Order: sequence, then C-alpha cells, then structure tokens
Amino acid sequence: MLRLLNIELQKLRYNRSAKVISIIYFVLITFIALIASIEFNFGDFHFRVADQGIFNFPYIWHFNTYVAAILKLFLAIVIVSMMSNEYSYRTLKQNLIDGLSKKEFVLSKFLTVLLFAVISTVFIFSVSLILGGYFSDYNEIGIIFSDMEYIGAYFIKLVAFFSFCLFLGVLVKRSAFALGFLIVWQIVEWLSYGLMKWQFFKDTEIADNVAQFFPLNAMANLIKEPMSRLGAIQSAANQLGENFNKDYGVSWLNVLIVLVWTALFIYWSYAILKKRDL
Amino acid sequence: MENILTINNLTKKFGALTAVDNLSFSIEKGNVYGILGPNGSGKSTTLGIVLNVVNKTAGDFKWFDGNIDTHNALKKVGAIIERPNFYPYMTAVQNLQLVCKIKEVSEEKISEKLELVGLLDRKDSKFSTFSLGMKQRLAIASALLNDPEILILDEPTNGLDPQGIHQIREIIKVIASQGTTILLASHLLDEVEKVCTHVVILRKGVSLYSGSVDGMNASHGFLTMQSNDMEKLQKALEGNTAFGTVKREGDFIIAYLNNPMDASEVNKLLFEKGITLSHLVKRKESLEEQFLELTKQN
Repeated sequence: MLRLLNIELQKLRYNRSAKVISIIYFVLITFIALIASIEFNFGDFHFRVADQGIFNFPYIWHFNTYVAAILKLFLAIVIVSMMSNEYSYRTLKQNLIDGLSKKEFVLSKFLTVLLFAVISTVFIFSVSLILGGYFSDYNEIGIIFSDMEYIGAYFIKLVAFFSFCLFLGVLVKRSAFALGFLIVWQIVEWLSYGLMKWQFFKDTEIADNVAQFFPLNAMANLIKEPMSRLGAIQSAANQLGENFNKDYGVSWLNVLIVLVWTALFIYWSYAILKKRDL
Repeated sequence: MENILTINNLTKKFGALTAVDNLSFSIEKGNVYGILGPNGSGKSTTLGIVLNVVNKTAGDFKWFDGNIDTHNALKKVGAIIERPNFYPYMTAVQNLQLVCKIKEVSEEKISEKLELVGLLDRKDSKFSTFSLGMKQRLAIASALLNDPEILILDEPTNGLDPQGIHQIREIIKVIASQGTTILLASHLLDEVEKVCTHVVILRKGVSLYSGSVDGMNASHGFLTMQSNDMEKLQKALEGNTAFGTVKREGDFIIAYLNNPMDASEVNKLLFEKGITLSHLVKRKESLEEQFLELTKQN
C-alpha cells in the first residue's frame, strides 16, 4: 500500500503544474474566510455576512463543505492529468514493464485520490473549526461537533468525484478531452432530467427518482444547498408566505448510490486497462 | 540449462491480422539471443506479450520456473521497448528512483548504472533536455538497476546517429561479457551477428528458425577461388563430390562445400591435380545471407 502511494507521490512531487494547482486549491478553500469580511452599507442599514450566522456551529459544517466542494474541480484537473499523462508520456507501458501490475497501477492512483480527499477533508474541517471558533454564537462542545455528517459526506463526495475523473482519464487518455467529457456528462444529466421532468413524466416524481441515480447528480445531492436554511432567508421566505420544508440531512440511500458509483468507476478503470493493448 | 523464459504456442490476433502465430521458443540462461525479422514480423508484439503490456489471444508463456506472477517476474527483468519512456519533468536520478520503487530495489545502484552508460554528469538534468541517444542510454541504465536476470532490448539503436549506435553497442557488449542473458530484437543483422549466440527468426508471426547462430544453416561454408586456369579448376571442382554448387562469379569461382573441409585440404587436393590457386578464401554465409535465404517468400 505504502509503496504504491510512494510511487504515485514521486510522480506528483516533481510535477510543477500539479503542485501549483493543488496549492491554488487549498488557498482558495481558505478564502472562504473572506466571505466573512463582505460588508454592505445601505444608508443606515449595515449588513455584514459574518453576522448572518453562516459561521455558526453546526451550520458552518454544512455551509463550508458545500462551498468548498465547488472547488474540487481544481483537483479534478490534477487527477485527470495524472492519469492521462501516463498515456501521453507512454510511462504507463514502462511502469508495467518495470514490474507494476495493472491492478497495482489503478490502486496506486486510487490511493492518491483517497489521500487528496483525506487532506482536503482535514483541511476543510480545520478551516471551519477555526472560522466557527472565531465567529460562531454558540460555542458548546455538543453543538460544535454536531452535524458532522457533512464532513463525512464531503469526503465521500470528493472520493467519488475524483474516481470519476480517474475513470475518464483512463477512458479518454487525453486530459483536455476527459475534462470536456466531464462537462458534457453534466449537461447530459441535466438534459435527461429536464426532459423527464417537463416532457415525458410531467407532474410525477419519476424524474427525481431516476435522476437520483445519476452519478454527478447523486454526488451533488450528498450536500444539499445550505442557503435556504439560513435564518435571514428563512424569515424572508416566511414573510412571503413561502415555507421551506426541506430535509437538509445526508441521506443513506444517497451515500450508498455514490459509493456504488465509486466502486464501479475504479473497477471500470481497471477493466479497461486490463483489456487494452498498450 | 535453466530456462528464463518459455513461450508455448503463443498467438496474438489484432482483428483479422495474426501478428504472432503459434510461436514457441525458450530462452536459456547465459546466452545472448537475437530475435530477427523484417518490420511487422511480430517481434515487438511478442515482447509486448511477455512484458505484460499486450494481451495474448492464445497460448502461454512462463517466466523462470513458472511459479511467479508475470509482474513480479518482470522485477527481475530489465526491458526497453521501442522509445525510451520517462517522465519529462523529472531528472535522470528522479526517474531512476521511481523505477527503483517500482522494482522494489534499493536506490544505491543509481550512480553506478549512470556511470556505466556515461550519464553521471547529467544526472540532475531533466529528462526532457536529453538527446535521443542519451534517453536511450538512460533507458538502459534503468533496465539494469535491478541487475536483471535477463535484459530485453527492442531495437535499441533505432533512430540513433552512428556515434549513438556505437555507444549502445559497446554498452551491450560490456553487459553481455558480464554473463547477463540478453534478448535483442532487431532487424539490423550486423547488430545481432556481432553479439548474439542464438537467434529466433520470425516472419509474419511465424518462427522460421530458433537455435544457435552456428546451427542456423546446415551449410559448411563456401570457398572463393581464383587460378590461372579457371576452366580446369571448375572441372576439377565439379568432378569432386565434396563440392556442391560451383559457380563462376566474375573473376572468381565460388564452390559450396557438401561436407566439412579445411581450406588447406582443398588447396592440397587441387595442387595434387596440378592446379595452383592465386586466391583462396573460405567463409560461412553471413547472417544476412542466411536470413534473406530463410525469410525469402516461398
């Protein structure tokens, strides 16, 4: 295990673009803190985002993981290129000749994906803890460490998304095309959901029931948007007579779907590699 | 003899094309093998299969005694196929460190092997700055890191300039003299002739010959002769059962031997018949001539 991770890290360690993008990624996550400093002044009305409760425990876990997950696209570039580079440098072939098995090869990539996800999760946990510690109105231990499911969901979401990227890298062999494929796939998911919802199965639940199984949609559903949960928005909605009765929790079915996709992506990467003549 | 690699009825089809057809041969320890064949004869495909990068269609092969996974066996093998493949953004040393990690050998031999191929002074240069000859030499250093049981080289001098070709050849000779088993695939015959003891000859994926270089042709060689009286010489040769084909080629007569015979014996025999020779050379067909003979379309 450690040997495989070591091999992969040796490849990444000296890759300048991978390093730069990873650093940018982590710096951007810390920039979430900057949201706190957003202030408006409408005449007498003074508005400061930090005072709206977005950094209150336990809401901060939900908010930060949701925002940070958007940035995962940066690491996706690193993951996709770390796979497609092996094709373009033809080092995949050389690695196999040198005595790495195809299984070990995929495993070494997957372990790297796990490592990235772990680091990112620990990072977002620390950033949230610090931000919350500074801005939160509630500082009881029990409240601070409630709703930790979002941290778990964040980890699973990253692993699944990176596994998808890895699979695309194996499948398409070219990083630009693989990232293009990713975008096209997202559009395909939206389109097929839209068609089902507003064309074929109008006024039924079928569209939502089917779409929850789409890989990217399932990943997105892991952490639902936290904005409408915010006190200010809730009360605004109440004044308009709207009522949000949304379940913001992490659903087990959803976790299961995402885990199955992750396993499939990794298995398919291996299967493709095994079948291909290099 | 200890077998390093045994190939049994190996077949590879790419769609309708059969690249390797029912190929069998074995590699014994300590010999230097050449796989010969025109372009597209299945050399690289065969090597690709035993090196775990191409899937076989049928047949099998086993490394060493057969009790070891292919990928683990490959840790005891050094191989370079086609172009040298390394990470361009890493230096020579960093690339070799990676290979050591994959092969699970210590990194202490890196300097020694870089020295052997004459790249020690460029060890901290990025791979992308290397010339093709340097890249190829780095590939050889990389293949030697584990002191392999067998070194597999596929067209190692392809695309190199004369100086580069010479350097690679010298390195191969040094390695061969150390007793390492070598498998050299090439279509360059003089390359093979200079270093190999055994050959496997392929054409369209079929093995035409597999064995020692000397045993490749049953012929006992041929003589090139010249005399003052060419007519008499030719008659004398044709009248002797020791000689097969006798033909005139320019100013010379070429006679093929039916059984082993020394040039001095021939000289004596002819002298006794009153023929004096002004030119007498005995030699074997070159590998090239034998190869062309064998791979002739028939």
